[in-house]
Amino acid sequence: MKVVTFMKQGILVVRLEGELDVCGANEFRTSVDEALTATGAKHILLNMQGVSFIDSSGLGVVLGRYKRIAQLGGKILVVHLEPQIKRIFELAGLMKILTVYQSEEQALDLL
Amino acid sequence: MEIQIKNQIKLAILSINENVGFARAATAAFSAQADLTLTEIDEIKVAVSEAVSNAVIHGYGSEPHKQNYIELVMNLYQDKLEFIIIDYGYGIANIEEARQPSFSSDPERMGLGFIFMDSFMDELEVQSKLGQGTTIRMVKLLVPSTEH
Repeated sequence: MKVVTFMKQGILVVRLEGELDVCGANEFRTSVDEALTATGAKHILLNMQGVSFIDSSGLGVVLGRYKRIAQLGGKILVVHLEPQIKRIFELAGLMKILTVYQSEEQALDLL
Repeated sequence: MEIQIKNQIKLAILSINENVGFARAATAAFSAQADLTLTEIDEIKVAVSEAVSNAVIHGYGSEPHKQNYIELVMNLYQDKLEFIIIDYGYGIANIEEARQPSFSSDPERMGLGFIFMDSFMDELEVQSKLGQGTTIRMVKLLVPSTEH
């Protein structure tokens, strides 16, 4: 799993590529937690364009980051959800806590 | 009458996180022999990924220094695909409890593993004994396509 993080307009942008399973989830957790600590960012923008697979380990790590930033009033914004990934998010009830946008630009403009 | 197996693969996989993706890729390749949609193959991949992850994380999780193996047996029959995932690890103390949504021994996990196995496969059997390990058997039925 490739995890790229950077700050834009005060939001932590996370671009993911690969499979978000138990292995990818560990890499995601390490990178994003380090970035959250270093930047103090309140909101996360997840770009899921390169994510071809997710299971409950991947969902758990997304939920874990949500719990962390929700304490500060933060949100998770999601862009480019593939249909099969979206279906898993829906089954898990995760769509209730995520805000979906069409693109990174739209998400950053509208927040 | 004996039910005939059309194909079978047996794999022994070292119990490490990195091999969950391998098990999934092998599962997708094996499933491609059957007449399934891409969505159905995606569902099988999630179910097997959950079972193998459980074996790595919970079955053998307490002894990461040891070389433990997970067995993955894949059977193709005329009317179904069968996946059997076996570990010889810790075992599950209470299977009924473990199969409940949001049961998890770790707050980072959602306890959705068994829910996905259950909802994406047509049959799910869990056998486990403390100290001996866990065997998960899952079946995806192959419904003859009527659209040809």
